[in-house]
Amino acid sequence: MEIQENKSTLTVVPKNNDKIKKIWKTALILALITGAEFIMAFTMPRGILLYSLFMALTIWKAKYIMMEFMHLGDEVKPLIYSILVPIAFLFWLIIVLLKEGSEIFSLRWY
Amino acid sequence: MSAHSTAIGVSSKRGVWGGGNEPLKASYGKLMMWFFLLSDIFTFAAFLITYLSIRVSYPAYAGPAKEFVGSNEYWPIPELVFDAIPFVHGVHAPLVFVGLMTFILIASSVTMVLAVEAGHRNDRNDVVKWMLWTLVGGITFLSCQAWEWNHFIHGSEMGATLNYINGLGQNVTETVFGANLLVNEYGPASFANLFFFITGFHGFHVTIGVVLLFMVFYQAAVGVYDRRGHYEMVEKVGLYWHFVDLVWVFVFTLFYLI
Repeated sequence: MEIQENKSTLTVVPKNNDKIKKIWKTALILALITGAEFIMAFTMPRGILLYSLFMALTIWKAKYIMMEFMHLGDEVKPLIYSILVPIAFLFWLIIVLLKEGSEIFSLRWY
Repeated sequence: MSAHSTAIGVSSKRGVWGGGNEPLKASYGKLMMWFFLLSDIFTFAAFLITYLSIRVSYPAYAGPAKEFVGSNEYWPIPELVFDAIPFVHGVHAPLVFVGLMTFILIASSVTMVLAVEAGHRNDRNDVVKWMLWTLVGGITFLSCQAWEWNHFIHGSEMGATLNYINGLGQNVTETVFGANLLVNEYGPASFANLFFFITGFHGFHVTIGVVLLFMVFYQAAVGVYDRRGHYEMVEKVGLYWHFVDLVWVFVFTLFYLI
């Protein structure tokens, strides 16, 4: 039996530099946001403002990762919504458990 | 996008009711990966929201940062807990190491997306090259994680004097070094427990990711995908790998920044 030649049978499509540029641009944005978060952690006073900014920046990063890196933005709309809409339930959980946590705080420490 | 990457296995002979159509214009594998990731989003969200909930149930450390000592009475300041770097002893380098880990994981996500892009072009050499870089990034991240855990478990030289209930149910006051599931020198017991469970569960995902990355790297290198006629596997494992990065972004913010 002849050994199968380990050579590509598919035609290689030449590089699309615009696409690759976009990937590196997204990477740069992610790195810059992380850098900004890092600086803010040491320069700003701890408090609700800083924490809200951290959360906003984190969700902003998550958007880039999901839409650009995971190509969710390129899928059809029903697929985008079937992934994003269920996440909305989490907002309810966040509100309820934050409330619960602060109730425990008052019971325990006051 | 999905037109040229998923036109596989779907024979024109199969009718609409025989599996010949693609719901949501995505292949079966990609669709199922997305729905698996959605369920995983809920798992991680449950962990992280629990962290938030337990965190707000403890008072935050209020004094000046310079005088910080660990205690189970209040939640620690993360940058004073995670302030060590490998090979250099006794240097106060807050969040430097974990920042580096974040950059390593983001970088491996970038090389992964470049591998996916090369897969779309059927370019085997580029796929192999970028998969190898992604693999290196993943293994480096795991090694950093191992060091981080080791340091967290062994703790500082001073330790912290705590009053707590030990495993025998006795109320004791003693100097505690490092961390275990019962007591730790940094903060309340739940602080270490949440650290172990959340970063551990994430590390477990990264470990599985590295195994999958190696599989894709190997199969691409020996030409399995060429013979199969498409590089969709790179895309599916890529989705998983980006998800691991996505989770880390949230872990980083909640655990180390807030």
